[in-house]
Amino acid sequence: MISSIQRTQLRSHYHQRKTGLLQRFHIDITLLILLTCLSSIGILILLSAGHEDIGLLQRQVTRLGIAFCAMLLVAQIPPHILKMFAPWLFLLGTLLLLGVLFAGVMGKGAQRWLDLGFFRFQPSELLKLATPMMIAWYLAEKRLPPRLKHILFSTLFIAIPTVLIAKQPDLGTAILIASSGIAVLFLAGISLKLITGVIAAGAGLAPLLWSYMKDYQKQRVLTFLNPEDDPLGAGYHIIQSKIAIGSGGLFGKGWMLGSQARLEFLPESSTDFIFAVFSEEFGLIGCITLLTVYLLIFIRSIYIATQAQDTFSRLLAGSLSLTFFVYLFVNVAMVTGILPVVGVPLPLVSYGGTSMVTLLIGFGILMSIHTHRKLLSS
Amino acid sequence: MKTSFDLKSSLHENRLFLSRSITLIIFVLILFFSLIARLTYLQIETHEKYTDLAQNNRVRLSVITPVRGLIFDSHGRVLAENTPGYSLELIPEQIKDINLTVKKLSDLLPISENEIKRFNRQRKQQKRFTSIPLRNRLNDTEVAIFSANRHLFPGVEIQAQPLRHYPFPELTSHVVGYVGAINEKELKTIDPVNYRGSRFIGKTGIEKAYESKLHGQVGYQQTENTAQGRSLKVLSHTPPLSGSNLTLNIDIDLQRIAYNQLGDYTGAIAAIDTRTGAVRALVSKPGFNTNLFAKGIDSTSYKALRTSLKQPLFNRALRGQYPPGSTLKPFFGLAGLEHDTVKPSEKINCPGFYQLQKKEHKYRDWKKGGHGMMTLHDSIVQSCDVYFYILAHRLKIDRMHSFLSKFGFGQKTGLDIIGEKSGLLPSRKWKRRVRNQAWYPGETLIAGIGQGFNLTTPLQLAHATAILANKGKGLTPSLVARINNNTIKPRPTSPVVLGNNAHWELIINAMYDVVNGARGTARRIKEGAPYKIAGKTGTAQVFSVKQDEKYDEENVLEHLKDHALFIAFAPAKDPQLAIAVIVENGGHGGSVAAPIARAIFDQYITTSL
Repeated sequence: MISSIQRTQLRSHYHQRKTGLLQRFHIDITLLILLTCLSSIGILILLSAGHEDIGLLQRQVTRLGIAFCAMLLVAQIPPHILKMFAPWLFLLGTLLLLGVLFAGVMGKGAQRWLDLGFFRFQPSELLKLATPMMIAWYLAEKRLPPRLKHILFSTLFIAIPTVLIAKQPDLGTAILIASSGIAVLFLAGISLKLITGVIAAGAGLAPLLWSYMKDYQKQRVLTFLNPEDDPLGAGYHIIQSKIAIGSGGLFGKGWMLGSQARLEFLPESSTDFIFAVFSEEFGLIGCITLLTVYLLIFIRSIYIATQAQDTFSRLLAGSLSLTFFVYLFVNVAMVTGILPVVGVPLPLVSYGGTSMVTLLIGFGILMSIHTHRKLLSS
Repeated sequence: MKTSFDLKSSLHENRLFLSRSITLIIFVLILFFSLIARLTYLQIETHEKYTDLAQNNRVRLSVITPVRGLIFDSHGRVLAENTPGYSLELIPEQIKDINLTVKKLSDLLPISENEIKRFNRQRKQQKRFTSIPLRNRLNDTEVAIFSANRHLFPGVEIQAQPLRHYPFPELTSHVVGYVGAINEKELKTIDPVNYRGSRFIGKTGIEKAYESKLHGQVGYQQTENTAQGRSLKVLSHTPPLSGSNLTLNIDIDLQRIAYNQLGDYTGAIAAIDTRTGAVRALVSKPGFNTNLFAKGIDSTSYKALRTSLKQPLFNRALRGQYPPGSTLKPFFGLAGLEHDTVKPSEKINCPGFYQLQKKEHKYRDWKKGGHGMMTLHDSIVQSCDVYFYILAHRLKIDRMHSFLSKFGFGQKTGLDIIGEKSGLLPSRKWKRRVRNQAWYPGETLIAGIGQGFNLTTPLQLAHATAILANKGKGLTPSLVARINNNTIKPRPTSPVVLGNNAHWELIINAMYDVVNGARGTARRIKEGAPYKIAGKTGTAQVFSVKQDEKYDEENVLEHLKDHALFIAFAPAKDPQLAIAVIVENGGHGGSVAAPIARAIFDQYITTSL
């Protein structure tokens, strides 16, 4: 008995010494390295996609810096504090969403922004984190797998922000938020029968959804189904994107040598369609490498989830991991033409601020979960 | 108890979570490999297709229109040149509402329905970010109006494009001709590749006949372009080949004199260098402003030209078919001598009319009371009709036909521009074939004085006169002397060979006396000439005077007045230039047509002396 405790102490002592500094600052070095890797690739490709616009690059680097700081800061907050704040964050986010609906600022045909005077803020970003936190908080207190009543309440918590955001309209973010909430439910162990049932019902409800969609969303779906119908109008994005990717071939045209982006045939080349630029310049080899980095980040994150010590942390970490990959999937699938254009950026690579900060705060939470584990013995 | 439950529950939850995590990982791996599969399909399977598409996007093939060849006169003076012109062009991709923009533009500038239709048609075929002309040939005022309002029209611009200009439009309208916008019919006949950048094509005259030389060969440039159509760098360049410059045989000074000499009359003049066949002047009056056509003529002006009684668009020199009248007499005289139907010394009485045996009809001489006893020489000098009635009667129509054929009558001369008429040299066979009628002896008589069925073009007359002046040696008339620096060689026609060469002299002497003899019908033009002219007057009836009527010169309507003709060559002994002049409704050849020829000879022979 004593020897076992001693052994544990010895092990933990050894462990502390090895990772002392990182442990003290609650940094998960694997994640940090992978994320730094990804951001560096992002900066490289942004240099090409943004037509060597140094100003653009500086803004992106600044944002990355802020986002990494935010990540490390959040990593310092122990998971139980996060859990405590979860319902309040969710409530705040929902109220802000309502605020956006009534007092929001229009941008690109959708009402997403809240002008707070000194800066503009997208409440939907807050909900990307608050929603899975809320569901995880709610289910953590219940016995798992959750009972139907709890599932229904959880569904309601998912539905509120999803509907509000879809109304803005921001279909991409709505999908991400819904999937983050559903991921929590799934990890909590709801029966697979229920899931298949819901999917079937969803398919049945698709025509209803269609009737609620805005014209430009319908157009996107139609364009997705047949982009060649309108090669110079709505189909232009996806055609040019496929040309960029396809012409990249196995090895790509080389960094800064992709004609589609450089000659401005590819629209949104530094934001939503940046993956097409990458594919054109680095080819299939580059794409597989990049996707593998994303996969590794996911695997590390899900590993962190399995190592988590309480239900809240576990569920939240699992959901954040999945959402991150869904993020990537939706973007690449959209750019390669297997999903309609829904306006989801390529995580950590696309030019743009808010989503990057949110994403890295998510990784901050993961780090916090992983580095605030209590030793079994204590 | 509670702890054990918790522990058990926690253990259960742990296991559940683990299994769900594994499911999630499998799910994510499926997504991951589906993306890889998709990328492999795009980047490996369909790589070639997309490479082509990217290349098409990137590289723009632009056409470089060749510069149209210039046209010069024999002394190197420009007859057709290229001047900068302006067109209004739109880049549809840079315009929000094209229909509105077009409407606003047509409020500002005159734009026709057809132009809008053509624009819309072209818009559908054009690549992205290419400018499409809405209106060509803006004048300076229109350029100024648009420039002042340019800020209201993003994506609309004025582009410079060469425009054909003719410094002597009226003088050269029936020689040089003009260019105009390519029409549907022409579009089917031209090489679409070579004409990709061309908007104009030769419509008449030299511009049409030498279109292939003047146009040149289109050039290409491959550029790397941005989506907005901005070119970044030139990838390949095939320069265009400019059209050939043409030097004409026309002497614009001579042309001007000929044109001006016609005064207010309508008519035509052809002047051919007898030594080379070079056409030095080819006038059809009135001419018209060919620059109107090159700029794109409006329908009102075009209608005015088309309906004008003087028919300015009609090329009288090539297509005007006139009764040659007495100008044919030297040729028939030569035929009579050659066929031995008249002797040089034979005298025939002219009582002022001639009657065929057993016929009452009187064939009158133009001179009431007659000329008296006439030799062949006298009958040419004084233009006796009765002598030639008799000569024709003896010759018969078929011999007249075959002899005059040798001088090119009834055939196209083969001038190097298009549209020439062949005139008419009647024969028994012709009348049977075309009219399905027998030939009447009376028709032979009037043919003998160049009336009846006979029709000639001014060019034919000049060409025949040149052959006569050269004593049988014929050269095809030609307008173009040089293509770039390549001189066009004279093209001889089959020569007229006589049984007795002395007959040339007899006829030429008679023509000499037409001008230089005391009783010659054109004697008034000999005054003060430092060289000698040989010629023959003609007066062609526009309508027939009835048997009992007298042609009343004073009271006949202007457009029914006789045409005045004159053919001549000079110097008589060493011919250089042969001329045919036709003055429509001019009256007498000797008084109206001959002085015009004299003025042309003065210019040509004195400057070349």
